[in-house]
Amino acid sequence: MHNQTIAELAKGLQAGEFSSQELTTAHLARIKQHSALNCFITVTEVEALAQAKIADQLISDGKAGPLTGIPLAHKDIFCTQGIKTSCGSKMLDNFQAPYNATVIERFNQAGAVTLGKLNMDEFAMGSSNETSFFGPVKNPWDHSAVPGGSSGGSACAVAARLAVGATGTDTGGSIRQPAAFCGITGLKPTYGRVSRYGMIAFASSLDQGGPMTRTVEDAALMLQTMAGFDSRDSTSVDKPVPDYSKGLNDSLAGLKIGLPKEFFGDNLNTQMAQVVEEAIAEYTRLGAEVVEVSMPNINLSIPAYYIIAPAECSANLSRFDGVRYGHRCEAPEDLNDLYTRSRGEGFGSEVKRRILIGTYALSTGYYDAYYLQAQKIRRLISDDFKKVLSEVDVLMGPVTPTPAFGLGEKSGDPIEMYLSDMYTIAVNLAGLPALSIPAGFVDQKPVGLQIIGNYFEEARLLNVAHRYQQETDWHQQAPAGIE
Amino acid sequence: MALTTEEVNKIAYLARLGIDEQDVDSYAKELSGILNLVEQMSSVNTEQVTPMAHPMDQVQRLRVDEVTEGDQRELFQAQAPDVEAGLYLVPKVID
Repeated sequence: MHNQTIAELAKGLQAGEFSSQELTTAHLARIKQHSALNCFITVTEVEALAQAKIADQLISDGKAGPLTGIPLAHKDIFCTQGIKTSCGSKMLDNFQAPYNATVIERFNQAGAVTLGKLNMDEFAMGSSNETSFFGPVKNPWDHSAVPGGSSGGSACAVAARLAVGATGTDTGGSIRQPAAFCGITGLKPTYGRVSRYGMIAFASSLDQGGPMTRTVEDAALMLQTMAGFDSRDSTSVDKPVPDYSKGLNDSLAGLKIGLPKEFFGDNLNTQMAQVVEEAIAEYTRLGAEVVEVSMPNINLSIPAYYIIAPAECSANLSRFDGVRYGHRCEAPEDLNDLYTRSRGEGFGSEVKRRILIGTYALSTGYYDAYYLQAQKIRRLISDDFKKVLSEVDVLMGPVTPTPAFGLGEKSGDPIEMYLSDMYTIAVNLAGLPALSIPAGFVDQKPVGLQIIGNYFEEARLLNVAHRYQQETDWHQQAPAGIE
Repeated sequence: MALTTEEVNKIAYLARLGIDEQDVDSYAKELSGILNLVEQMSSVNTEQVTPMAHPMDQVQRLRVDEVTEGDQRELFQAQAPDVEAGLYLVPKVID
């Protein structure tokens, strides 16, 4: 059962071939069997089986939707009522969220089953899952490699068939990069498309939640439930949600694909470039037209991001002060000691680095040179995208410059780690939707193809990606030892 | 742009973030590296560019001024490290 997709399992459930309780039990057993991958921070076995029982009732009453009874798992950044929500940090190791994130609420209403909460880089700051307080996740294709991050647990769990689908969040590539490293499909929607209510904030003008699945068809099903206006999120966009499954098979004849030449420079490993070029050749066979485009300011994405994201993080994470919830130090001498030691003990070194950089960039005398300048450069990057997306339908390129790197290989050098996100960050600065789909292998490790679309054109992206999956079987490959 | 250990300590104080004395040097080195990485922004002429704070250039949505949240003090304070009579306890602030 674990090799079936959401779409296939939904049919089996509704035809009575198996129950959600059987499906959930099988996945819980797989989670135990593959616990060495370290995907899960919390497994909610009791709650999952109770949800499965309710789902089975809904199915037998004829009230099932496409996600009813499907076992999913959620990145531990989404608040889950009464269940530990750690955000991968010691700071929240003792935190049981008092309410559900809107995304969780929507999956509950759809009758989906929650298997547990997935490992992640601490407060979503990292590209390898190595900054997690709960230890790194292993790449299921190569246990000595990272799964990517920050949604590393999500990508690994889906690739290893421990959950049929998972949620992730993407601030600078945190859905697309781990999806690419683990050989799955990951979609970062337009900023404002999916509610951020109850999704622990890292950089509020960049963060966006999205689905991580094996197939594009499943991503469409999950996004259908996740997307939509939420009055509890002040940045949620009030715009109708289209039917994401409807146009999946639409023809790609005449589709205009832009290849940003800056994505194919010296930084891109030649074997990676070859995989991406072969994927693009598949699109020309499907009738698409390919043109080269240029985005001259895109090389400024990493500098602008590493001011904007830390600045917003330093403000957002000031709420963790040891007073109302989260870690508190032992025997504080005074209030200042309480704040300083609780935060010093609760946060890991990458989170500290970003809080320090953000605090510096926002401090008196430096604001204009750093934060304001970064926001202006953000505009230039966004304008580059606007220009090219008025000339072509979608942009394509690599997700990462290399396949998954080794555990420990970059963890000692923050800058090296930051550079691994060079192709994903610009999309977040502009707020555009983008996805990653498996397109081949280099050194027996998966390689992703990135497809970027215009604002709110998720349906178009899904259509473009789905047609590729109809012609190729990269997304059906499973890591050794997983079958 | 290189940060001194004194500057790192000052920033850590502003952020109320405890860092171990023995780690200050490595933070100074790493943070200086990040500032060097972002340095290339300074060569771009942005005089005529409007800063972009938000991808949609949205304005804050307004709502009717009425109470929508109920009192959940007990639920929220169940998460607190130290409470008494509905109040969050912290070390004495004023002598």
